[in-house]
Amino acid sequence: LVLTKASTVTTDPKEQELLRGLALSSRPAIETIYKDNYTMVQSFILNNSGSTDDAKDVFQEAMVVLYEKVKSGSFELNCLIKTYIYSVCRRLWLKRLHQLQRITPEIQNTEEVMAVEEELEMHEQRNNDFLLMEKAMQNLGEPCKSLLEAYYLDKKSMVEIARSFGYTNADNAKNQKYKCLMRLKKLFFDQYKNNSV
Amino acid sequence: MQEVNMIDAIERYMRGEMLPEERVFFEHLRKSNPQVDQMVVEHTIFLNQMNKFGERKNFKSELLHIHNQLFEKGEIKEPSQTKVVALWRKYKRVIAVAACIAGITALGISGLIAYFSPKANVSEIALLKTEIKKVKGSLIDQAAAINNFKSSSTPPSSQGKFGGTGFLIDGNGYIATSAHVVSKADSVYVENIKGEYFKTSTIYTNDTTDVAIIKIIDSHFVYRILPYNIRKSSTELGEEIFTLGFPRSEIVYGKGYLSAHTGYNGDTTSYQIAISANPGNSGGPIFNPSGEVIGILSGKQTTAEGVVFSSKSMNIYKALEDIRRDTSLDVSIRLPASSSVKGLERVDQVRKIEDCIFIVKSY
Repeated sequence: LVLTKASTVTTDPKEQELLRGLALSSRPAIETIYKDNYTMVQSFILNNSGSTDDAKDVFQEAMVVLYEKVKSGSFELNCLIKTYIYSVCRRLWLKRLHQLQRITPEIQNTEEVMAVEEELEMHEQRNNDFLLMEKAMQNLGEPCKSLLEAYYLDKKSMVEIARSFGYTNADNAKNQKYKCLMRLKKLFFDQYKNNSV
Repeated sequence: MQEVNMIDAIERYMRGEMLPEERVFFEHLRKSNPQVDQMVVEHTIFLNQMNKFGERKNFKSELLHIHNQLFEKGEIKEPSQTKVVALWRKYKRVIAVAACIAGITALGISGLIAYFSPKANVSEIALLKTEIKKVKGSLIDQAAAINNFKSSSTPPSSQGKFGGTGFLIDGNGYIATSAHVVSKADSVYVENIKGEYFKTSTIYTNDTTDVAIIKIIDSHFVYRILPYNIRKSSTELGEEIFTLGFPRSEIVYGKGYLSAHTGYNGDTTSYQIAISANPGNSGGPIFNPSGEVIGILSGKQTTAEGVVFSSKSMNIYKALEDIRRDTSLDVSIRLPASSSVKGLERVDQVRKIEDCIFIVKSY
């Protein structure tokens, strides 16, 4: 594995701004990072027995890794965004190739590479949590799923929810929400605890 | 019902929506009641997970949206060349296998086509003249040969291009052979079994009937009486036949039978016969058991075993008629009237006939 020790902390104000924008889910920031790095990742994947769809998947996963990193308040990349994304993509792709049992004796590196093992371990953990919640939501069924999504994810008020879901008043909706929540929590924590043990 | 309010309270507490007094009361409740505290911790964890789930979900759909938009605007694109390369890399093994299958199929099909398609007529019949080694005469050789022809009847120094067989039809030195043996020749020599060479001139060829008449023009040829005659009428199917010819420098006897009244593709000027014939047999006489010439051996079908063709003896009569009609030729040929070998043992017939058979060499 090629490693270059953290040599440059991203002090570049432009990059710092992009990362801050990303943490706030700002559209222009995401777009800029996307535009600046996608082609590089695409040619890397294509040159290492992948397709354009593979490139898209891998790149977007790397974007999620970066997003969740800055979301957790860490803006110190210790390298350029480009290097970070490339390294993460490289690692993700190697892993996928390994899973597919496709033998690629030599990965062609076109960019600087940094160590991202720790990052990806954390990412793995977050992935598990995400999948747990996704599965719990799936098993919950309708209308509970939509109801909870409207309240917790879309941050809608009980009055709004009562109107759009056809409950007579906000209290009714609140009761319904409570029942759904209890079921979801049970579904989630049953697996969560199993997983943690 | 109490728990509903509790959850509501926890959520408001976490969102910081509580009034200061309520907050103080709630925090006091948490400290004094471990059960409440446990609930708060658990719900905090859960809501945290829920939040992250929501954020990632939104972010992912945002990414897909951005990807499609950038793609439409052409700010990111799939490099077409690299795509081909990538496809090639991904599928090269498949392509190799496919190419092999395609190759085998193509070979198979062309094989089948070759097998089933009708053959070209000409190539199916091998004319039985021998194509003697590669002389393809150098100029010097030819010049020397020409000089030899002029001065004497000694054999040419080089070997002939083609070889066949011929037989006397008139004791004065008229020889019948196959047209294809002599038609392309500049000069034709004949040699008898004693090794005597005679120069000849071609007086008649007919490619349709494959009959040629040549005449020995050397003065040292001596008139002789022929022991056989030429049959004018046709011959019965299944009749036993024999031939004498020169597929090699030695005279060779062959025996067979008449298989059909017509030749290749229904050719009425020839017979189909079953006899062992090789290059060099062309032009040889086909005898019936009475010692009558019934045909001139002309060729064999290459695509079938043992199918040989012979020009009918009537074609010799036709040739003589043509020659007679041609006023530019002052030639009179008298065919032998009867066979003197009729009823003899085959060995004796052959012994009497064989010195009327000649190797025909074309140059």
